[in-house]
Amino acid sequence: MTAWSDLPGYVSERAGADMPTVTVERERIREACEYARDRLGFNMCVDVVATDYLDWGGKGVSGYIGTATGRDLNKPMTEGLQALPEPKTKRFSISYHLLGLRQGAPRVRLQCWASDGESVPSVVSVWPTCDWHERETFDLMGIVFDGHPNLERLLMPEDWEGHPLRKDYPLGGEPVRFSDAV
Amino acid sequence: MSTTIARTEIYEGTRIPARVPTILDVPPELRDNEDVLQVNFGPNHPSTHGVLRLIVDLHGEEVVGASAVIGYLHTGFEKTMESKTYWKCVTYPERIDYVGYQNNELVFVSAVEQLLETNVPMKATWMRMLLCELNRIHSHLIYLGTSALELGAISMFWYCFRERETILDLFELVTGQRMHTRYFQVGGLAEDIPQGFYPECRKFVEWMPHALDDYRGLLDKNQIWLERTVGIGKLSAADAIALGQTGPNLRASGVDWDLRRDAPYLHYDQVDFRVPVYPNGDVYDRYRVRMDEMAESNKIVRQCLDRLERMEGMPWIADDRKVVLPPREELHTSMESLIHHFKIVTEGFRVPAGEIYVAIESPRGESGCYLVSDGGPKPWRVHFRAPSFVALEATATCLHGTYVADLIAVVGSLDAVMGDTDR
Repeated sequence: MTAWSDLPGYVSERAGADMPTVTVERERIREACEYARDRLGFNMCVDVVATDYLDWGGKGVSGYIGTATGRDLNKPMTEGLQALPEPKTKRFSISYHLLGLRQGAPRVRLQCWASDGESVPSVVSVWPTCDWHERETFDLMGIVFDGHPNLERLLMPEDWEGHPLRKDYPLGGEPVRFSDAV
Repeated sequence: MSTTIARTEIYEGTRIPARVPTILDVPPELRDNEDVLQVNFGPNHPSTHGVLRLIVDLHGEEVVGASAVIGYLHTGFEKTMESKTYWKCVTYPERIDYVGYQNNELVFVSAVEQLLETNVPMKATWMRMLLCELNRIHSHLIYLGTSALELGAISMFWYCFRERETILDLFELVTGQRMHTRYFQVGGLAEDIPQGFYPECRKFVEWMPHALDDYRGLLDKNQIWLERTVGIGKLSAADAIALGQTGPNLRASGVDWDLRRDAPYLHYDQVDFRVPVYPNGDVYDRYRVRMDEMAESNKIVRQCLDRLERMEGMPWIADDRKVVLPPREELHTSMESLIHHFKIVTEGFRVPAGEIYVAIESPRGESGCYLVSDGGPKPWRVHFRAPSFVALEATATCLHGTYVADLIAVVGSLDAVMGDTDR
């Protein structure tokens, strides 16, 4: 068993069906990654992914007649959830999926949390592969990585406005000209 | 935000460019040289395998600077999937990697199944394996045909596409579709395996070793092929790991790593196959790895057939009415089945809240699916770890000290699919 609590900036850990998730302080994620690479033998970072938890569980619990209070009787099952998911501490989670290229293929998910506008230290100096992963995350989710050598948009055009994978990004429509000049 | 970074070299003797790992900078002594010519290669160039754009600095014939620009095929699959119910989502991953579609389908379906804790029947698992391996052969044939074509071996293209055609016919026989089959369903397969598939597939399995001999005969001792590929586009094992390379590109750099053997999924632990590894990390070794892999995949297909032929009449999809559509004939006789059918089709099935990352060995390397569910019928967040995306990060390192003609060989050998890269 690996003692995850030795990781720099360790906050908490959680077992999972796929791999353990270790939450790490945002400011120390670079150190944690370096420690995981050098001391714990996770020599490959396979993926960096951010998730926007804006309005997580906001659909509420849908109701049906004859249940305990707290359910919205006017909401059919198609609109709400069966149970509220566990609330999240901050809006964005940034997950680093690490893999050890050795017997047993150990994996771990290092996770840190950021509010809108908070930046995350870049881990490009630990794993060069994170160059594009971080650029993609910046491009689509709007998370700024401090110390990234070339933090520009990757998939969207350079002059694109907004970050499409955010939950508050409009799904359709185009801006209407002069609509604000009443 | 600082634009420079004090980056100590991770490994001794790395060829990864230091400032930005994915950009090969023109060396300082050539910066103001009038002989250095900047050329835009792509995005619409037949040998870029889609819409990859490379900005290349040439000093004479020598490549002194390179950077890859991607995003021309960004379609927002991940965003679209957030507004579709799970069973509708299955069609999207296939279109992400449009050459290795069944593998991508599998990774998404497995992620949903793991969150649901659904048990997939044995027959479906073996059939998934069989189709994934046929798909791997299909993908490698496209790699081989196109990258040989780009180096002037036009006959390779016709030979490879002859066998590819047979594979597509097999897919059509099973699923009704030649590409993007949508045959894997959460819980198993969409339909039972049709009669007549096994003999047809067996014919292909018997034929494929002969076809591979043909390819080897055309290329293995071909002087032009050897001169264009041996020692070109080198990637060392340490650099490949640091750049997150997986699949054939990693194995061609001498790293013995295959998720099918090292972290078995489906029934890969019950079949007999070898993982080909070659040490040099050049274009030729990437070719050799893929050639050997086709032979190994063929062996796996044969073993799957042996098992599947004995599973006639067994269930092909899980018996879980909350997730799986009821059999068609029950809709006329059972009220419950009708309700279940209606609920799954209109509202979709609900997946317990949680997050999961599932990885499989696709033809291009580790294909991963990160899935977050809030407990509703639509995914909260889907993300695909695309092996092609990562493969293209290595272009700058591979192009170190090559000539402009090698560029095409190197890009072809990394075997990136742009749909997978841009998603």
